[in-house]
Amino acid sequence: MADLIYRVNMTNLSFKIEEVPTEWMGLGGRALTSTIVAKEVDPECHPLGPNNKLVFAPGLLSGTSASNSGRNSCGAKSPLTGGIKESNVGGTSAQIMSKLGVKALIIEGMPKKNAFYQLHVTKNNVEFIEVPELVGKDNYAVLDAMAAKYDKKVAVMTIGRVGEMRMNLANISVKDPGGKLRSHGRGGLGAVMGSKKIKCITVDAADYKEVTIADPEKFKEASKIFTKALQENPISGQGLPAFGTNVLVNILNEAGGLPTHNFREGNWEFAENICGETMAETIKARGGKTTHGCHAGCVIQCSQVYNDKDGNYLTSGFEYETIWALGSNFGIKDLDMIAKIDGLMDDLGVDSIEASVTLGLAVDAGIVAYGDGEKAYELLSKDLPQGTPIGRIIGSGTHVLGKIYGLTHVPTVKGQGIPAYEPRAVKGQGITYATSTMGADHTSGYAVATNILNSGGYVDPLKKEGQVELARNLQIATAAVDSTGMCIFVAFPALDDPKCLPALVDMINARFGCSLTIDDVVNLGKTILKTEHEFNIKAGLGKADDRLPEFMKYETLPPHNAIWDFSGEEIDEFWNF
Amino acid sequence: MMTVTVKLFAQYRDGRFKDEKIEYAKGTTAQMVVDALELEGVSPLGVLMVNGRHVDPSYHLKEGDEIALFPKIGGG
Repeated sequence: MADLIYRVNMTNLSFKIEEVPTEWMGLGGRALTSTIVAKEVDPECHPLGPNNKLVFAPGLLSGTSASNSGRNSCGAKSPLTGGIKESNVGGTSAQIMSKLGVKALIIEGMPKKNAFYQLHVTKNNVEFIEVPELVGKDNYAVLDAMAAKYDKKVAVMTIGRVGEMRMNLANISVKDPGGKLRSHGRGGLGAVMGSKKIKCITVDAADYKEVTIADPEKFKEASKIFTKALQENPISGQGLPAFGTNVLVNILNEAGGLPTHNFREGNWEFAENICGETMAETIKARGGKTTHGCHAGCVIQCSQVYNDKDGNYLTSGFEYETIWALGSNFGIKDLDMIAKIDGLMDDLGVDSIEASVTLGLAVDAGIVAYGDGEKAYELLSKDLPQGTPIGRIIGSGTHVLGKIYGLTHVPTVKGQGIPAYEPRAVKGQGITYATSTMGADHTSGYAVATNILNSGGYVDPLKKEGQVELARNLQIATAAVDSTGMCIFVAFPALDDPKCLPALVDMINARFGCSLTIDDVVNLGKTILKTEHEFNIKAGLGKADDRLPEFMKYETLPPHNAIWDFSGEEIDEFWNF
Repeated sequence: MMTVTVKLFAQYRDGRFKDEKIEYAKGTTAQMVVDALELEGVSPLGVLMVNGRHVDPSYHLKEGDEIALFPKIGGG
């Protein structure tokens, strides 16, 4: 049976199943969510109003046995950036939706009644269940309630109190195979879900089927080559499983690109306290897990389980960007405190990047002292979920906090906090931040790979030459990868191993019985970016929004005394394709 | 002779050190440091920086340089 579109209307609590329109047949993941949002959402609508839509779509290969294919995309107009947003996640939702035959779940409208609902998605049906007992609860309480109600194979997508209150920091959290949480992190998609009065979505695997493979033998053959490429690559096969993404602290610190003191310096004297090497040693000593997959079928296993001194769980999915933001950028020197706050943010359902970058700026605002982890924990655990005035200011994110306090040294692009890589010292990443349709987003085109890590060649991070072309090529490729359901870390072998990308395309062809070439995939990436860009222009975002914060033009960054020296015209060259 | 600070990262630290001041003969290249420590038997050399800048393995070290050696790593 062909995959279908499940459409939910929250205004009248109705549900219908639709055939997939021909033009959406070859799309999945980000390609599908962005196409649907661009076609069906008025770019001028209020992101938290009845005319925004929340769209979930598993990737083209999700639900198959392909390694690392278990990512789900979520799209909407973002309350944080005012533009289009796609955020993808591991966990269990992509594979279960795919096996149920749900190509996309489109949620529209908004209930008039002041009640929160659970949507329970099953074969050919969506049930609307009022859940007053879950209102005011955070994510782990929701997972517990759903575990008590259903078989463990039910996927759960949930929001905490911060999402109920429709704050910009709110994410959508997804149950992972270990019963912990992964996140559709950026852009305030949890606020959109909260605006539609949806507390959680459950997807029931009881009636699922295995996904259909048009040519199983070819699929198996390509899948073997692809998996081997992932396992033999030193980055995806050795470095990431041993140290996690946090292996980046030391290399960015060494290169002078580790944002410190709210983007004032490029390295930090306490980097060794929080780095991946220290983290791995600590995890081993305490009986945690240094390797852990965010979804079934992951062969990279860059996630981990981090315990406290007594061996009790503190957090998992402990990522470089969160550790950096609370570490050098906000000043916490103690990895245990960072882990405690990371675990709290999982439960609250907030974007750990945006929340932590906001804390870095909160130091400038005089709200909290640099490195005061206890105060940061109090602000996040009490003020934020209780919706006190200061909690709501922090919950609005970096850009709004900067406006309220009259600050100019505000690290945002299109209203979204800049993550983890200093644009002045990693200039290719700066071009990605400026031009991304998503606001400052490191995952939309990871120029760090070529500027710092020597993957896919080398472009000097401190020079302008070659950066626009690099960022463009990586954003095009990333948009395509985000549509396959693949983890973005397949990009490392894809950049350096000539067998990897053809094997990925072969798997798509074998899955659907088509004959795409690599050029077709590149063209898909271009089409996605242009579709998203066009939506943003109609939403009112223009060239002036494709810029980094002005302070980066006149404040030099130690240790290389780097400056952001691209003209507007040079940045705008990005869109010439 | 000259004194150079050698910094090792990720798998290169296993059974070695984090950072040490080491004396080398004048004319020593970065690649000679990598070879002497037998790093590429552990994992291919990914990134080589001297004083915070990427350099070629043929770079001739100078008194007081800080050399940072990373295997192929990534994340994001």
